[in-house]
Amino acid sequence: MNNLEILYRQVIMDHYKNPRNKGLINDPTYKTVHIKNPSCGDDITIQSKIEGNIVKDVRHEGTGCSICCSSASVLSETLKGKTKEDAMIISKNYLNMLSNKEYDENVELDEAIVYQGVRKFPARIKCASIAWKAFEGTVEESE
Amino acid sequence: MDPYQMRKDFPVLNDETLVYLDTAASSLKPRKVLEAMDEYYEKYGVNVHRGVYNISYIATSKYEEAREKVSDFINASFEEIIFTRGASSALNLVASSYGLNNLTKDDEIIVSELEHHSQVLPWQNVSNITGAKLVYIPLNKEGRITIENFKKVLNSKTKIVAINYVSNVMGYVSPLKEMISLAHDFGALVSVDAAQAAPHMVVDVKDLDCDFLAFSGHKMLGPTGIGILYGKRDLLNTMPPVEFGGDMNDNVDLYSASWKDAPYKFETGTPPIAEAIGLGAAIEYINEIGLENIHNHEFMLKEYTIKKMKELKDITIYNETSETGIISFNVNGVHPHDAITFFDGDNICMRAGHHCAQLVIKWLKVVATLRVSFYVYNTIEDCDKFIESLKNARDFFKSVGF
Repeated sequence: MNNLEILYRQVIMDHYKNPRNKGLINDPTYKTVHIKNPSCGDDITIQSKIEGNIVKDVRHEGTGCSICCSSASVLSETLKGKTKEDAMIISKNYLNMLSNKEYDENVELDEAIVYQGVRKFPARIKCASIAWKAFEGTVEESE
Repeated sequence: MDPYQMRKDFPVLNDETLVYLDTAASSLKPRKVLEAMDEYYEKYGVNVHRGVYNISYIATSKYEEAREKVSDFINASFEEIIFTRGASSALNLVASSYGLNNLTKDDEIIVSELEHHSQVLPWQNVSNITGAKLVYIPLNKEGRITIENFKKVLNSKTKIVAINYVSNVMGYVSPLKEMISLAHDFGALVSVDAAQAAPHMVVDVKDLDCDFLAFSGHKMLGPTGIGILYGKRDLLNTMPPVEFGGDMNDNVDLYSASWKDAPYKFETGTPPIAEAIGLGAAIEYINEIGLENIHNHEFMLKEYTIKKMKELKDITIYNETSETGIISFNVNGVHPHDAITFFDGDNICMRAGHHCAQLVIKWLKVVATLRVSFYVYNTIEDCDKFIESLKNARDFFKSVGF
């Protein structure tokens, strides 16, 4: 497989074509963060509902390239049901993995591991990051 | 002109596999420009207009010689050329100095959806502050500004027409000369964004009779950080400065001060000296080739590429009839940011996105577009490599399920 084929893995295409947990919920117990990349037009909104210490639900809505949109869907499946602390650890590790920084390989990234391929495309790191950064924003807001 | 010979002048093109199709964002820079800037830093890299010593005199002469070259380049007078940070700050200067001080709520400002953000946003700001009404020329089916539609919005309330010479997304040339004459009949001034025109075609401010005209150095083989505002002398002299400080003043008292004449009252602080000198060298390089030759070469490459693109299925072109070297398009069903990664893999540099012109992207009803733009160093082989990559990109994205 060449780098491009690695980037556009089946998992990514599947989440792009059939996004999970898509659509926002009008409920004040959800925290909402919207991030836009004005240079390319990626536009993502992430909602999370944290109850007790558990990420009960993650929703997303937006437009953008396949990497950006699929990553929001993958994020929602990966983090739902995790504790708040675990979710933040996974997110930090995921973002560090993308930008070729040191990260803890023992942290289970689940399906999000397929975004490893993005490392070979520095110009696309932002596409794969903004949903996760928005998620971190929702957690900060809930604190 | 011989693009194959000229390519040797551009150090970035030492990488022979590189296909550079993003001049509309920024052009490559020839060695001559880099050398002119190096010479300043190595031999007389000191301040201008201030030091009373030999090398400061040389620096000042070279800086002002560059102004002379710019004024000749667009058929203006020396005092009508203001050095700015770029076309954006030049267009902002017009809005901040002329617009904020002369417009009121009863006035109208005409713009279009084809404008770059640097032309429309400063006037949006003037409109918000003064209450003057922002009016858009309806674009025709192709997305062009037409005289017929311009007449629909032009009236005695119009005070400013802020318009592009060449659209950075569609590559269309606006019918400026007639528009300017019509605007003047109503007493309105015309401020022209020539960032995509000055590098590619003859711009003559006297022939156009425009009141203001702006362009950037880095899109025309020059360095970044330098741009030009042309303004008619009488207008510039009635306009207040927007930045205050060293070099722009005449006499300074405790509670008041007076200003130098244009252009100096608009150039406070130490200017981009090396950049102005570099721009002068870029203009010399362009003059040696000739703007008509440049325009014909780009148009030939654009026509050739469009013809090849039309033979391919699943490609949408948005500006087939453009008169310049800009092509905006998409691969059907593929987000431009996905597509661009494929081209990047083939070492082809081009643009994907809004191109700092969200209004026309919205007018086109697309999320973003891909854009190819040509210049002196591009060849038929560049076009062929692009077409080959475009075919492969389309097939690849289909194969992975787009």
